[in-house]
Amino acid sequence: MNDTAPATVQLLDPTSEAVSTDRALTARKPSLEGLTVGLLDINKPRGDVFLDRLEDQLGHRGAAVLRFAKPTFTKPAPADLRHEIATQCDAVIEALAD
Amino acid sequence: MTVEPGRIDELRARYDGWGLASRRIEVGLLEDEVEAMFDRGWTDGLPVVAPTEARVARMLDGTTRSADDVVALMPPALVECTVEKVAVNAVMAGCRPEYLPVVLAALEAICTDEFNMHGVLATTMGVGPVFVVNGPIAERIGMNAGINVLGHGNRANLTIGRAVQLVVRNVGGGRPGEIDRATHGSPAKLSFCFAEDEAYADRDGGSPWTTLAEDRGFARSTDVVTAFCGEAPRILVDQRSRTADSLVRSLADGLRAAVSSRVVTGMDGMLVLSPEHMSRFADADWDRARFMDELGAHLMVDTDAIVSGAGGIEEGLPEAMAGLTLPKFRPGGLLVVHAGGPAGLFSSIVGGWLNGPMGSEPTSMEITP
Repeated sequence: MNDTAPATVQLLDPTSEAVSTDRALTARKPSLEGLTVGLLDINKPRGDVFLDRLEDQLGHRGAAVLRFAKPTFTKPAPADLRHEIATQCDAVIEALAD
Repeated sequence: MTVEPGRIDELRARYDGWGLASRRIEVGLLEDEVEAMFDRGWTDGLPVVAPTEARVARMLDGTTRSADDVVALMPPALVECTVEKVAVNAVMAGCRPEYLPVVLAALEAICTDEFNMHGVLATTMGVGPVFVVNGPIAERIGMNAGINVLGHGNRANLTIGRAVQLVVRNVGGGRPGEIDRATHGSPAKLSFCFAEDEAYADRDGGSPWTTLAEDRGFARSTDVVTAFCGEAPRILVDQRSRTADSLVRSLADGLRAAVSSRVVTGMDGMLVLSPEHMSRFADADWDRARFMDELGAHLMVDTDAIVSGAGGIEEGLPEAMAGLTLPKFRPGGLLVVHAGGPAGLFSSIVGGWLNGPMGSEPTSMEITP
């Protein structure tokens, strides 16, 4: 290597260069009493069986339950659905099943 | 001096800065840059070509599009992906600049809501985007439609498919073990791209056999890439059929088991007809429409045999669907492509994935400069 040769090779970053931000978890609820809990069915077979059971259990613990469903499990939940859940519920449980 | 090979690239790098926006990553000359790229998680498990400014700039010469043009929102992260980022990954994949328009069109095809690359990537089923290229560009850039068409040996086929996957991995963040948690995965997740042999469409005399792209509404002169969500190919052997009628029954027999013999209409399929198999149909003067009609007639499935519990197997249609006759594939759900070497009485089946709005639609995109 002579004196004028660069000491490094420059590569172009193939990634999106996006930097994720850390966000604190929402404070945990001390009790389910009086909360509205959303149950999101992602539309996999038998997800409803699992969520029916959860709804039953949540009812015994004093929580009101709202049910939601994604149009298909293969795509992200539509923005409107996410907004609906966020504005109507104190907590959400998303169910995967098969 | 400026006409010396490589000199123009050096000058562009020094004085023009290439106009490239990507972050520069410095790798010391005492480092092995191939290892450095593995260490940064940029590869699919195979070594990649170092994306230097000069190489990326030469890659961008392969398209008339601006480096800062946004190609698509890249799943799963749904971040904007520019032509430049595609070029960086195309260099890494080993593409030549003339392949870039195909890579760009392929990415546009899979990033539609219809194709649903997010779901194709995230499903635990071992599927990936399968690309078929039609039109004059295939021959012009040296794609393979012949011997070993679904295998190794052709740079264009392999690196175009690989470039697309590297973009999804590096720009979209779709890495195996993270968002991509496929049970088995598939070679299709590394690269699965080939050209259709359009020879039968050019045949003098006899019935012309239209190409896949023509079947999907494009002119023969148009360059088109079709994306299909599929698994790895499997071989369908028929070495005895001498008539079109025998062979079409035999093909239907094999196709009925695509993905699972218990799945009907919900998943699509692709049939790659070899030239020797195709010649049976050409000799009988069948065109594509006749072939599809005959094949479809042999692909009607008696649901009594595939409802849950039939044959002691719990997988299957709901029992309420017994007593019906349903097509194995929905209308338009079987894509037929003609490709392969001149000898060999085999065709190949590529099983699909959940189709329609619930899953993935085969998607064709015109390739533009």
